[in-house]
Amino acid sequence: MTELNKTGAAVGEPTSDAKAPTAFLEVRDLKVHFPTDDGLVKSVDGLSFQLEKGKTLGIVGESGSGKSVTSLGIMGLHTAGQYGKRKARLSGEIWLDGTELLSADPDHVRKLRGRQMAMIFQDPLSALHPYYTIGQQIVEAYRIHNDVSKKVARRRAVEMLDRVGIPQPDKRVDSYPHEFSGGMRQRAMIAMSLVNNPELLIADEPTTALDVTVQAQILDLIRDLQKEFGSAVIIITHDLGVVAELADDLLVMYGGRCVERGPAEQVFYEPRHPYTWGLLGSMPRLDREQQERLIPVKGSPPSLINVPSGCAFNPRCPYADVPKDNLTRTVRPELTEAGSRHWAACHMSREQRERIWIEEIAPKL
Amino acid sequence: MTTQRTSGRRKQAMAAAAVVAALLTTAACGGGNGDEGSKDGAAGFDAANNKVAQASLAKKGGTLKFAGAQDADSWDTTRGYYGFMWNFSRYYSRQLVTSKTEPGKAGTELTPDLATGLAKISDDGKTYQYTLRDGVTWEDGKPITSKDIKYGIERVWAQDVLSGGPVYLKDVLDPKGEYQGPYKDKSADKLGLKAIETPDDRTIVFKLPKANSDFEEMLALTSASPVRQDQDTKSKYGLHPFSSGPYKFQSYNPGKDLTLVRNTQWKQASDPIRKAYPDKITIKFFSNANDMDARLIAGDYDLDINQTGMSPQGRTTALKQHKGNLDNPVSGYIRYAVFPQTVKPFDNIECRKAVIYGADHVSLQTARGGPVAGGDIGTNMLPPAVPGAEGQKYDPYELAGANKKGNAAKAKEALKACGKPNGFKTTIAVRNNKPSEVATAESLQASLKKVGITADIDQYDGSQSTGIIGSPSNVKKKGYGIIIMGWGPDFPSVQGYGLPLWDSSYILESGNNNFAMIKDKAIDGLFDKYVTTLDDAGKTKIATEINHKVMEGGYYLPFVFEKFINWRSSRLANVYTTDAYSGMYDFVNLGLKSAK
Amino acid sequence: MLAYLIRRLFAAVVMLAVIIMVVFGIFFLVPKWAGVDIAASFVGKQADPAAVEAVRQKLGLGDPIFVQVWEFFKGIFAGRTYAAGGDVTHCAAPCFGYSFRSEQAIWPVLTDRFPVTLGLALGAAVLWLLFGVAAGVLSALKRGSMWDRGAMVIALAGVSLPIYFTGLLSLAIFSYGLGWINAEYVPIEESFTGWLGGMILPWVTLAFLYAAMYARITRATMLEILGEDYIRTARAKGMREQVVIRKHAMRSTMTPILTMLGMDLGALIGGAILTETTFSLPGLGQAVLNAIKNQDLPIILGVTLITSVAVLIANLVVDVLYAVIDPRVRLA
Repeated sequence: MTELNKTGAAVGEPTSDAKAPTAFLEVRDLKVHFPTDDGLVKSVDGLSFQLEKGKTLGIVGESGSGKSVTSLGIMGLHTAGQYGKRKARLSGEIWLDGTELLSADPDHVRKLRGRQMAMIFQDPLSALHPYYTIGQQIVEAYRIHNDVSKKVARRRAVEMLDRVGIPQPDKRVDSYPHEFSGGMRQRAMIAMSLVNNPELLIADEPTTALDVTVQAQILDLIRDLQKEFGSAVIIITHDLGVVAELADDLLVMYGGRCVERGPAEQVFYEPRHPYTWGLLGSMPRLDREQQERLIPVKGSPPSLINVPSGCAFNPRCPYADVPKDNLTRTVRPELTEAGSRHWAACHMSREQRERIWIEEIAPKL
Repeated sequence: MTTQRTSGRRKQAMAAAAVVAALLTTAACGGGNGDEGSKDGAAGFDAANNKVAQASLAKKGGTLKFAGAQDADSWDTTRGYYGFMWNFSRYYSRQLVTSKTEPGKAGTELTPDLATGLAKISDDGKTYQYTLRDGVTWEDGKPITSKDIKYGIERVWAQDVLSGGPVYLKDVLDPKGEYQGPYKDKSADKLGLKAIETPDDRTIVFKLPKANSDFEEMLALTSASPVRQDQDTKSKYGLHPFSSGPYKFQSYNPGKDLTLVRNTQWKQASDPIRKAYPDKITIKFFSNANDMDARLIAGDYDLDINQTGMSPQGRTTALKQHKGNLDNPVSGYIRYAVFPQTVKPFDNIECRKAVIYGADHVSLQTARGGPVAGGDIGTNMLPPAVPGAEGQKYDPYELAGANKKGNAAKAKEALKACGKPNGFKTTIAVRNNKPSEVATAESLQASLKKVGITADIDQYDGSQSTGIIGSPSNVKKKGYGIIIMGWGPDFPSVQGYGLPLWDSSYILESGNNNFAMIKDKAIDGLFDKYVTTLDDAGKTKIATEINHKVMEGGYYLPFVFEKFINWRSSRLANVYTTDAYSGMYDFVNLGLKSAK
Repeated sequence: MLAYLIRRLFAAVVMLAVIIMVVFGIFFLVPKWAGVDIAASFVGKQADPAAVEAVRQKLGLGDPIFVQVWEFFKGIFAGRTYAAGGDVTHCAAPCFGYSFRSEQAIWPVLTDRFPVTLGLALGAAVLWLLFGVAAGVLSALKRGSMWDRGAMVIALAGVSLPIYFTGLLSLAIFSYGLGWINAEYVPIEESFTGWLGGMILPWVTLAFLYAAMYARITRATMLEILGEDYIRTARAKGMREQVVIRKHAMRSTMTPILTMLGMDLGALIGGAILTETTFSLPGLGQAVLNAIKNQDLPIILGVTLITSVAVLIANLVVDVLYAVIDPRVRLA
């Protein structure tokens, strides 16, 4: 099992191999640090993953876990338009379709943005310019990468709006963002992102600002579009429910690092990290009685300046004392195998975790 | 005695040094005083002070350019009260008699203008008769008649419409206020004033109910100018007065600019005093005095219409670099502190004396601007240009002598005599819009502190002074024991200066100027005697007496006999200061050296 | 959009009426309560009771206050006649009062001086917008650089140095000292170049002060806007950074600047008192200063009204421009 996984995995273990990767998107040991007056904020501190075209990766974590920073890092948005001397420090490698982005010419990365990789933001109201019509903003996105007339671009915009399910797209194309409902706005945002048929689509909390019924519609839309365009999709969310059905693989982040990663069903049904358990506990489920309270992950996210020594999760972990020799508080756990293409970073033994999951956690969920 | 002699000697030495320095400066500039002028054309420091500079260089033509920071109160001859307005009005208005166009003291003498000669006075000084010259005309060519003069004087009665000007003529010709003024005059020709008769167009007779020895001075005031009935625009007359002089109004924008051009109907032969050199006379009003001074120095303008002295900044530059363009005349104003007797303890003469002795007079002079820009230490209350004045020779409290730095011992003595051996508290009232007055108040406050008198300073709204210090009840209520003020003569006589200040009948409920509340029968009597004394020697003697009485009463603490520094451009010719207008340049006969 | 305009216009008219009432109250009621005789403050050095009485009659100060307000309103639309003691003065509509000091109707004084002030304000505004906004944008984009620090120090100086200091300094250097500029006001109808020469220092002086303020505001706003989500969206589209700044950030940055501009222009049109005084420009500000010196209440009243109207109009224009720039406003 181990041997096989190390060589043939689609979403594989970090490899120190410096050669160009085979995966469509491969992130290797990505670090994003921000110098501040209080110290260095290590928002992402050594993250690796791979993603193939047509597949969907869900990145899950609390706010501040580094998931959004990761996505902006891939898009190259930490360096674009960062004025002044307090620039973000990025290291590691981001390979997109054979090109390493961090060391590439920023203008080249800019040209990839919006065309090869596109992004959907959390709050479409603030992410769309309030002074321009939806149409103008889609047209703009199209014409940056396509040398076409405004007329052609407008036709394309109407077509895209129609595609994402906006009624009367030829009229709504001239509406301003504030004239749209929240769901419509997000559809427009998606239309804008997809206008150039990107191969990588990053959706950063695409449904958080929307109400529940609309959430489902948007997620369906993303899934349909992915099937149609065959893009690779990263969905970033703090809500496991969002990605449960959508994602092929899941990556759970905590304190700027990956704590668990694997195929979605595995992470869902056989999670092997106490933090993932916590997340599952805090997930609202339709099949549960309403009065039963959600089990939140106790405590607050770790400081990214003074990251707790050992396992970053140890102050909040109810099982921190299970491993011997105070290991959780002194040594940082590395990702270890927890199943087929499934890794978790925990000092407890695989058996211990399996037992806790089956005996203590799963019945309560 | 010894110190005094030394200081006298030192003064002489300094004066000599100054003269030598002045000579060297002018010599270095390549020219002497007078008509030759220096290289840049400046006549030299004080060259026009009480003497005529560059008289022969005046050419006909050119534009004489005045600059000013303050427009006239009104250019209406009846309504104007500012000294520079009176001075300037001679360009466009004539009177029966006017001041001589001569420098210094000679300027205060009267000379016939529209009239053929000075008044024929009869009936113990109660009848004045004049005959008009031939060829005197208005700007439309019609002759000026005795009726026009009468009508012009009658306008003074219309105070409801034409407020602002001096009312001496009204008080003297109609003391009971029987005449209602021309606008309410029921007679057909609107010439119902009985005290003036016009038997024919060239004869005018004034019949005074009571003699006044200064009456002819009053006829020389601008408010005695002729006004033609059909040209009287009443309250709007000041926007475009109808000219009887060599120049007429071309345009006037209040607060902005004024342009006079030649009155082609005016004939030189009909006018014995006006030379009418320039073709055009302009005034431009500035809102920034520093900017104005800089432009004077730059040569963009010829002189300051306001004639109140340069601003400190301009003065410093001018004294350093262009001293030859400056004159340092005595202004005719006395700056002083006055003690209302209604405010305790100033009802007691000894307490008043304590302040007079306690004050540091050199420091007060410095606060006014020092000996050059401020003036000599004032020692009495009669301006040097007024007949009967003695200047610093009369110094009853030795303010410019032994006590000039203040005499604490004498002040304490006076306090003891006043019954306040430990001093007292009082308030100094001072206008907030006059920085040098505030400075004198502070100086006074500091020196009084040393003798135990604590004085608070109340800076009141200077534009409201008639209602604040002009109201005796308010002065008493606020406890203004010391009021800082200044005063200049309306015409050069003790009446024209001191009557409103010192005569008990001039104590008013509002607009009062007898701040000291002097009710001295002796002074009132002297004024009564003065107005009926017709000979100049007698008048002079009474003037001196009045001054002495006022000083002996200890009502006033004079600060300075004011002097100021005025600018004259190098283009100016026939330029001199005159005591007729408190040391201003005599505008009417200014000329330019070049017609360009 | 039309409904929005009508609503704003209506509000402006109501506001104008309120302003006239308040101004009238300040000038005629408050002195009355304070026990100051308004008539007396209209008369010269020798306050002859007859003169005071005449002014009282002319102004109708004896009438009930609402009659006075009515007369004042009526004067604006129908003109007004002042009469007392056989002297009749007609003040043609629009009559904003009459100065008994300088014997002039106020309206012609205002219309005569208004172009000077307008020229000063607009010319300076062009300068300060050009330089202030440019400096602010550059500072924001180069935050923390030498340029940014230098510009902000100069801006701080500009904001803190009073006009009469910078104005006099510029006069001393360029006009009296180097003699490059005559700097004396010449009406534009007399000579355009003369007018330019006379206005250049006032423009620069005034613009220096405002450019400094605008640079600071622009910088702060720009920095805030650059942190907005829609700027990130624009970048995520692959847009060139210059286009992001020009097309997306600038338009948003203009909104607060426009508000400020409206207020500032309105206030300046009421008279840039310090600038006009320093440079002896015959504008409304100078008129007001002279009027204060001479206790010429009607002029002060007239200029106060004009200022209020100018601010009102400026705000109206800003409101309209707002609607043009920001589509969300059209709904509000």
